[in-house]
Amino acid sequence: MEYQTFEHDVLVIGAGGAGLRAAIEASAGGVSVGLVCKSLLGKAHTVMAEGGIAASLANVDDRDGWETHFADTMRGGQYLNNWRMAELHAKEAPDRVRELEAWGAVFDRTKNGRILQRNFGGHKYPRLAHVGDRTGLEMIRTLQDYGIHQGIDVHMECTIIELLKDGDRIAGAFGYDRERGRFRLFKAKAVVLASGGIGRAFKVTSNSWEYTGDGHALAYRAGADLIDMEFVQFHPTGMVWPPSVKGILVTEGVRGEGGVLRNSDGNRFMFDDIPDLYKHQTADNPEEGWIYTQGDKNARRPPELLTRDHVARCIVREIKEGRGSPHGGVFLDIAWIKEKLPNAQEHIKKKLPSMYHQFKQLAGIDITAEPMEVGPTTHYVMGGVRVDPDSQMSAVPGLFAAGEVAAGLHGANRLGGNSLSDLVVFGKRAGEHAARFAQEHGTTNVEQDQVEAVAGLALEPLDRQGSGENPYQLQYELQEMMQNQVGIVRNEGELEQAIEGLQGLADRVSRVEAQGNREYNAGWHTALDLRNLMPVAEAVARAAVERKESRGAHFREDHLGKDDKWGKTTLVIRQAADKSMEVQREAIAPPRDDLQRIIEENQK
Amino acid sequence: MATATFKIWRGNAEGGDYQDYSTEVTEGMVVLDAVHRIQAESANDLAVRWNCKAGKCGSCSAEVNGQPKLMCMTRLDTLNLDEPVTVEPMRAFPLVRDLVTDVSWNYEVKKRIKAFKPRPPDADDGTWRLLQSDAERVQEFRKCIECFLCQDVCHVLRDHRLHDEFIGPRFFVHNAQLEMNPLDTEDRTHDLANDNGIGYCNITKCCTKVCPEDIAITDNAIIPLKERVVDQLYDPVSRLLRVFTGG
Repeated sequence: MEYQTFEHDVLVIGAGGAGLRAAIEASAGGVSVGLVCKSLLGKAHTVMAEGGIAASLANVDDRDGWETHFADTMRGGQYLNNWRMAELHAKEAPDRVRELEAWGAVFDRTKNGRILQRNFGGHKYPRLAHVGDRTGLEMIRTLQDYGIHQGIDVHMECTIIELLKDGDRIAGAFGYDRERGRFRLFKAKAVVLASGGIGRAFKVTSNSWEYTGDGHALAYRAGADLIDMEFVQFHPTGMVWPPSVKGILVTEGVRGEGGVLRNSDGNRFMFDDIPDLYKHQTADNPEEGWIYTQGDKNARRPPELLTRDHVARCIVREIKEGRGSPHGGVFLDIAWIKEKLPNAQEHIKKKLPSMYHQFKQLAGIDITAEPMEVGPTTHYVMGGVRVDPDSQMSAVPGLFAAGEVAAGLHGANRLGGNSLSDLVVFGKRAGEHAARFAQEHGTTNVEQDQVEAVAGLALEPLDRQGSGENPYQLQYELQEMMQNQVGIVRNEGELEQAIEGLQGLADRVSRVEAQGNREYNAGWHTALDLRNLMPVAEAVARAAVERKESRGAHFREDHLGKDDKWGKTTLVIRQAADKSMEVQREAIAPPRDDLQRIIEENQK
Repeated sequence: MATATFKIWRGNAEGGDYQDYSTEVTEGMVVLDAVHRIQAESANDLAVRWNCKAGKCGSCSAEVNGQPKLMCMTRLDTLNLDEPVTVEPMRAFPLVRDLVTDVSWNYEVKKRIKAFKPRPPDADDGTWRLLQSDAERVQEFRKCIECFLCQDVCHVLRDHRLHDEFIGPRFFVHNAQLEMNPLDTEDRTHDLANDNGIGYCNITKCCTKVCPEDIAITDNAIIPLKERVVDQLYDPVSRLLRVFTGG
């Protein structure tokens, strides 16, 4: 079998915010770094992040500090979060934002010239540094433009098929280039997974073709643990019409700027159901909610800015009970602020330029004049590779993970804005520790057999031309099954059906075919991606059936409400010796005393 | 349900041809949807580059009926579907396969442009003070999604193939966001005049017309940069000054 060989001390898989930040840090640590990305550089999903990056800079409200950010993150995650990660994240996010500015990011400003911060769901104070509604683009471009001058070897449009090991230790990765389908062997002393999420496991998603759970599956097969896989975030506001754009994200920033949710009766239904955990900090009338969005420090936030899991479920309830919009969503209205602001039209265009653009061009809707139709869309997975909170290393020596592919920070539900900060805080940590690991450990050996086996497996779909299953059809069926049976509202019967259905699908996936040759062949790539989507989908379904309560993003209509016992339990998924999937319950260690006190003080 | 015909370029560097595909067209569809539908139904191995499907990543650039466009933002109801819709790859870059071109030259060009070099922080906490109005001037350029449609349409690259001497509109925009950032202290004027070939641009504004982010590339980026070059390198007074100061 022919392949090219590349050697790096540290190999980073994925070039969104986390991967780029990890590569920059590893390179600064004095080791050679390779950065592999499935698409072109700068196109990863980070580019889609809109609202902002959460950090307690306290530029807009000086009452903010890391303690409040920590407590908000824990509350949002329903206390299943890894508290050490939540602590590190809250403490280090401000420095990571300032560092972005030093590298060329141009954030929106306060009147006195500091970085401006906006309100967002679940954050007590205005905390999101932002650039209009294109913060992700600003962040990825900043990291990209800084990163290209740091001596990092970038392998664009290259997909990893399997991680390679030398005994227990990670030894590199094997993949192919998209352009010609040539195989590439990457030898490395340490590997950082920064591959993002699993959104393509669902039919309605804000994620692009890339997010097939590659890192999750690679780590799982290499022997790492996955945790919290039952927690998949359905963002409450995705576009619902026209059909071809269904699922595309509508930023929470719309609600942060005063946008309200209404049903077909014109009722602001979010006032109807405010969870106890948030009652004391949520407005009980529209006027208070409005003045909060305009910066009144004494006002409480409007119920539209409750956590994403809750808002998504309220929207589903309205639709199910027949109060939805014509195309099966609800109304999100920002145009109404013209009653309050004289220059509303310009204000909206300035604060939400890409939303204005997106609706105007794709749906023919002018959001400054009429309401949008929105509904939940699969957005983010809280679950992922279990890592050491300080170093980001997984159970496999030398294998690190950061960003969406890693788990722990967000617990049962992620707050908006905490993803971009997650990427840079833990991307940096992963890069730093991977470099150190590479320096402290010698070279590895990759056995030829291992490489040949992976390459052989990868070529199988092309050998089956004319006799196998259509990869697009299989992916479609998997998405349909996950959407309907493992979606926002779950129950035991449907989850069991999904697990059974996935087993049936596995059989067909083993017969998948790809037409054509190895050159830039999306059919072949889709066939290979299925190898990752399958175990990831199974992990979500198995964890979801096991957790018999409703918490955060995981909602069981047959087990309504939270169960204290489950509030102290994490579900760990790993591959058993016979290659079957094992789900184990594990007790969560209680927070350190000082952190516990911060949590309690902030509950008052 | 209506159907439409798409004439899609199929082939690689060695050659190829347009092939006709018919597919169902529904309300609100964009060109990329049609391409995907064709790919799933009848051309599994059709090569197309895409990611976000919302005009934010700049991956799906192509030429639709001869116009440089993002396929994800081109609605079918803006095209005449009684005639076949032609979809072909960008012409300014080498073809990889079907609708995909090798845009790696752009990434090489960017590496050669001097990086952001901020002045010392304004405050003890390592931060700077910047007015929103100053930020906005730079933010216009930082909206760029690197779709390279401006490069595709620029005649200096497309027709004259001066890729070795001219960096193209995208990288003048990149230069502009660096040069006009009040925090930046680097000087790129000399590079602009020489290595970057800004003189080749004769401001026909083709780039501005195709920019999906509506960046005023020519007026706000290229012309001010040209003026800087003239002021600093060719202005007789400052030339004389340089003679005396040895600058």
